[in-house]
Amino acid sequence: MSPLVRTLIHRLAASLVVLAGVSMLMFVVARVIPGDPARIALGPNATEAQVEALRRERHLDQPIPVQYWEYVREVARGNLGNSLYSNRPVRQDIAQYLPATLELIFAAAAMIVLIGIPVGVLSARYRRRLGDHLGRVGSIVGVSTPAFVWGVILQLVFAYFWRLFPIEGRLAASLPPPPPITGFFVIDSVLAGDGKTLIDSLHHLALPALALAMAGIGQTARLTRASMVETYRKPFIEMAHAYGFREARISNRYAFRPALVPVLTILGLDIAALLGNAFLVESVFGWPGLSRYGVEVILHKDLDAIVGTVLIIAAAFLVANIAVDLLVAVVNPRIRFAGGRA
Amino acid sequence: MTWFADSPGWRAFRRDTMAMTGLTLVALVVLAALFADWIAPYPSHAGPIGDFGAMGAPPGGRFLLGTDTIGRDLLTRLIYAYRLSLEMAIVVLAIATPIGVVVGLLAGYLGPAWSYGLMRLTDVFLSIPPLVLAMSITGFLEPSAIHGMIAITAMWWPWYARLTYNLTRAERQEGYVVAAEIVGASLPHILFREILPNCMPSILTKMTVDVGFVILIASSMSFLGLGAQAPTPDLGSMVADGAKYMPDAWWLTVFPAIAILIVVMGFNLLGDGLREAADVAR
Repeated sequence: MSPLVRTLIHRLAASLVVLAGVSMLMFVVARVIPGDPARIALGPNATEAQVEALRRERHLDQPIPVQYWEYVREVARGNLGNSLYSNRPVRQDIAQYLPATLELIFAAAAMIVLIGIPVGVLSARYRRRLGDHLGRVGSIVGVSTPAFVWGVILQLVFAYFWRLFPIEGRLAASLPPPPPITGFFVIDSVLAGDGKTLIDSLHHLALPALALAMAGIGQTARLTRASMVETYRKPFIEMAHAYGFREARISNRYAFRPALVPVLTILGLDIAALLGNAFLVESVFGWPGLSRYGVEVILHKDLDAIVGTVLIIAAAFLVANIAVDLLVAVVNPRIRFAGGRA
Repeated sequence: MTWFADSPGWRAFRRDTMAMTGLTLVALVVLAALFADWIAPYPSHAGPIGDFGAMGAPPGGRFLLGTDTIGRDLLTRLIYAYRLSLEMAIVVLAIATPIGVVVGLLAGYLGPAWSYGLMRLTDVFLSIPPLVLAMSITGFLEPSAIHGMIAITAMWWPWYARLTYNLTRAERQEGYVVAAEIVGASLPHILFREILPNCMPSILTKMTVDVGFVILIASSMSFLGLGAQAPTPDLGSMVADGAKYMPDAWWLTVFPAIAILIVVMGFNLLGDGLREAADVAR
């Protein structure tokens, strides 16, 4: 077994342990805190008998360990419970809302990589000049501004004042959504060969994705710059200068690749921020995703739905981090061949 | 004070424009929050009642930053919102830091069983995106500033646990720790008198930056309606309320947004400056 595969298996096993911990944590928090979920779900007009029936149906009358055991058994069968808020299985709700959120997050992640890294590289190459100073100030502003502030400001300027982008939603009301295959409107409209829907969905995606990406772009540019500046001090760069290689080649080839390793590592943390900030951006832009659903179920104290949503988000985060680690291993041969370092 | 003014760290800090900008912003915000009752033009507007004759006034004139839809002075409310934000950040860090530091010290110093158990527990908390964890905890409680603080504290301590764990692991092989062990120093003595003082610079720097980030997370939660409730002036809920009146009453959104940027950026720049100054001093 190659070391890479062994590392992968190791990481997957550790992730399962952590996921079990997450479910336990959410469960304890949900059950310890006062308030009767069955009563809240049914509203003040329900009779005590109805509340009692619901309590029994969801095992809410049992001690917490029993409730947790029942829950784990259901999850193992792929059942996340029923949402008291939407009156549907939580799994069905998540399946409906997750693709919109993932589309937003992938678009934002692409922007972070495609904007943040080049800005950092250029900032390092032209360090201590005007562009570098502007880039650094921009990065600090990017990191220091919450995603919802980016959301409302971008919306105010580009949607309300200049009317360049739509104010909210995933698609114009006049267009039918593309036939669902992946649930990503951008990909589905390509698969359906529908150019008009593709352009409209990209048009709707641009502002929320940018709002979501801003903090990550700032963070990534800052880190890339620091990492590149560090690499520039290494002897092999001096040697490349001595050989008379062109500056662009030194910057983009020799300095870039080693500098990329810490940047990629931190990208895993950026993904956590994206998953959290999606809650804010979706609420600003009326984006019908999992996060907006999450806010609704939190406000309605819908326990199964909250635990289910958090579990899915934690799982997405763990998967993303494993993917980032594999990417780091591909970029950095020292980690690839050392292997087994979880 | 002369030793301080002449120290290499302070000299580096003073030359660093960004760090000095951060210090200035932080000083302004802290002074405004401390002396809110004297500085705010209309202190009574921090409550539910405003000046009904001046509803929705644009910036300028009697109201420097304009008024909201029920005639409350925006500048006054922002100053009081700073007070609430700083209080929240201080309370959260005052509780989360000691918990995290103790967990980190124990996990880093004691045997592998302890470090495995404690750090896996930390991983569980760190594997949920911070905002999601804090929101779901508030979700089970009634939304309020106090519950927001509890939720943020619950998600914040693991970062200090991890930081202290890494620092402790590096320190425990050092000669002074081994010497303390040989002379039979007690566990608390080794942890808190020997190892902890050497971890403090990193912990304090992180705390400075974190004041800004706690305010950022708290405002994000109140933006979603999961934090302080009306009529308490709060940075996040002011942006949310203002967004309902876009684009006409743009000042209700733009000024609270800038207020958040100022305080988070201030602590960020200050923390970065302190870190670099500490490196120079060493």
